[in-house]
Amino acid sequence: MLYAFLVAGAAVCALMAVRAQKLLSSALWLAGISALVALTLYQLGAHQVAVIELSVGAGLVTVLFVFAISIAGDDAMSATPRIPVRLVIGLLLIFAALLGWMMLPLDGIKATGGGETLSAVLWEDRALDILVQIVLIFTGVMGVLGLLSEAAVPALGRMPAAHTTESRPAHNNGHSTPQPARALDLGAPEAQPEVADVHA
Amino acid sequence: MSTLEILMAGVIAIIGIGLYGLLITRNLIKVVVALQILVKGALLALVAAGEASGQVNLGQSLAITVIVADTVVAVVGLALAVQAKRLLGTLDVDALSTLKG
Repeated sequence: MLYAFLVAGAAVCALMAVRAQKLLSSALWLAGISALVALTLYQLGAHQVAVIELSVGAGLVTVLFVFAISIAGDDAMSATPRIPVRLVIGLLLIFAALLGWMMLPLDGIKATGGGETLSAVLWEDRALDILVQIVLIFTGVMGVLGLLSEAAVPALGRMPAAHTTESRPAHNNGHSTPQPARALDLGAPEAQPEVADVHA
Repeated sequence: MSTLEILMAGVIAIIGIGLYGLLITRNLIKVVVALQILVKGALLALVAAGEASGQVNLGQSLAITVIVADTVVAVVGLALAVQAKRLLGTLDVDALSTLKG
């Protein structure tokens, strides 16, 4: 009965996270799902994963969501979905029926026993998973760094005229159109031969 | 109903709700939220299956990998959303069509 309450609470939190208008509310409902899933995992005997899920899922990821929402803004979007809601509900019913048909009943599962500890399984049997995790973390760090640095290049191209005219000298008599900062940087080596010709 | 059947019914509900959110939302951050909900369901299914088959530690080991992958997906997805908001001024996924040929 306890499992039914926990899982039903997680499902209600999931529904509220999807239906919430505010992004911050959605992130907080997601933290509620993580907490309830962590409780369920703890009740199932997976103590280590429950602690990791509670600290990472309900802690770190929620902080990341709040941080991203504070930067991007918590503007509610009331746009209509591209897929009709009735079609989505129909697809979900088909999905649930297929998954339930494949999974249920669950009487045929027998406990085969496994006396190995988590550290033995994690570091010996599933050692390749650790390598994949390391690669994943490295890829994630490089992806975030790439995303954050990619913003500088198009932003320079769209920089308004106020930034570029300040760096230009005043001898243009106001006739030349202001150029973006990237054009200034790229044009600097080309301007060098002209200076050499004048001196020659 | 047995404990495993209750858990699996909950897993179907959570994954279904996550899929519903993924299909119906147009906000980039809510897409990441829906992906997180989907992964929570998969996480619960992994550990429940491990507990039912008597191999909780194998289920835990797989769940740790899923948590790491899920966190990386969330981080990259949120960074993508922040940059899309900075460059395009909106979080609407329909606005991300500048790569259209």
